[in-house]
Amino acid sequence: MNLNPLLKGFEDLGRYLLLLARSFTGLLRFRLYWQLWTIESIQMGRDSIFLVAIISFFVGAVTTVQTAYQIVSPFIPKATIGAIVSTSAILELAPTVTSLVLAGRIGSNIASQIGSMRVSEQIDALEVMGINSATYLVLPRLLGALFSFPILVIYACFVAHAGGIIAGAFTGAVNPTQFAVGARGFFQPFQLVFMLIKAVTFGFIISTVSAYQGYYVKGGALEVGAASTRAVVVSCLMILVADYVLAQLLL
Amino acid sequence: MSELRIEHISKWFGKQRVLHDISFFFHPGKVNMIIGPSGCGKTVLLKCIVGLIQPEQGQVWFGKIDFLRTDPASRRSILRNLGMLFQSSALFDSMNVGENVAFPLRVFTEQSEKEIQDRVAYCLERVGLAGIQHKYPAEISGGMKRRVGLARAIALNPQYLFCDEPNSGLDPLTARRIDELIQELTYEFHTTTVVVTHDLKSVVDMGEEILFLYDGRAEWHGSKAVMLGQPESLPPNLRAFLRASGLIE
Repeated sequence: MNLNPLLKGFEDLGRYLLLLARSFTGLLRFRLYWQLWTIESIQMGRDSIFLVAIISFFVGAVTTVQTAYQIVSPFIPKATIGAIVSTSAILELAPTVTSLVLAGRIGSNIASQIGSMRVSEQIDALEVMGINSATYLVLPRLLGALFSFPILVIYACFVAHAGGIIAGAFTGAVNPTQFAVGARGFFQPFQLVFMLIKAVTFGFIISTVSAYQGYYVKGGALEVGAASTRAVVVSCLMILVADYVLAQLLL
Repeated sequence: MSELRIEHISKWFGKQRVLHDISFFFHPGKVNMIIGPSGCGKTVLLKCIVGLIQPEQGQVWFGKIDFLRTDPASRRSILRNLGMLFQSSALFDSMNVGENVAFPLRVFTEQSEKEIQDRVAYCLERVGLAGIQHKYPAEISGGMKRRVGLARAIALNPQYLFCDEPNSGLDPLTARRIDELIQELTYEFHTTTVVVTHDLKSVVDMGEEILFLYDGRAEWHGSKAVMLGQPESLPPNLRAFLRASGLIE
């Protein structure tokens, strides 16, 4: 039995954990990290708003139309559509779909930025200056993701609801009042907590996994591209695994 | 001026030994050159000295401190007295030229913004690039990038200056200008300068003390005058290296 992939997996996990541990040591000036955190938060949040809006709107709209299509019995109240769409948006669609999309946009960006710095010796330059490159590069991105992801997911949740209401009204499947009655009827405050826990967890996964893939790039432009792709794939897989684990543990 | 010496440095990559028990004293205030053919281990040795690669054996002494085994605080204090010019310049793409040169000043000093800007202007002027603070690395030539890299390296008045293939890939005129700058900055800042190169024209231009590596071994060390003046006393590999470059008959 070939154990090499397993050993490689453990090696990757070990190096990932060591990089994470290093990211919290050797902090320099607070002002420096504050600036970096601000830049990362703004870039992650602002640059993703339009994409998140488009995707969330259509996810909400499609879910409404498809739910209406599946409810054929006249004995099921129309408000049920609102309840199903709203609960789905809060528990799954807003945090998970948004994060999967952001893994592509933000994850590949982080991996290619850090990977390019690695192959052009910019990370070596930081180390030679006595700056802990892991802290300088990973920590602001991690904190930026932990800050911006919950905001983006809340925003996605609102837009998904809007998409659902508009699509329901447009197709005549459910009117806004019925939608709102259903959504409110099945709402529990813990659902929002669960959504935010997911957002923070997925933000952590995307930022650290992508930073890890970029940080250990060896070679040139080709390897940076490969690391960027790997960052997206691994982040998406980890998000799906974490999604299941969190649902199992918390619901 | 601070001393720098390495003792018994050995490095393996997997089963391949790339450095064999290398010792050398780098002369303070002089341009010390590590030369040798491509793949002989020059850059690996340089990276071992500055701590980017951990050798399996040996010591790197900055003054009386064993750099490889000292505590993190001492290590950081040594690194802050050290400037390095990378082969690829290693300028930060996201920052303009002025921010690149100012970066170590902002991180490690308490200087006011006015003092930082004055120092940046001085360093850039010193390398012949006054007034390009607002350009980004992508907007300047390879030779200019090297000079900006030098300006960043000297921003903190380092005691040690390390240069990895400083003029590779540059046209002859620009390459000579970079050599002159390294020599001038060594004398002006009294740095212990270590230059890795396989360009023997650079050795002739600015080298003072020479360490010749061949296949990961220190085959010869001595002054440039001896190397060029008494070729019959040199080991065969160094003679062949010099002969291939037309420096000796």
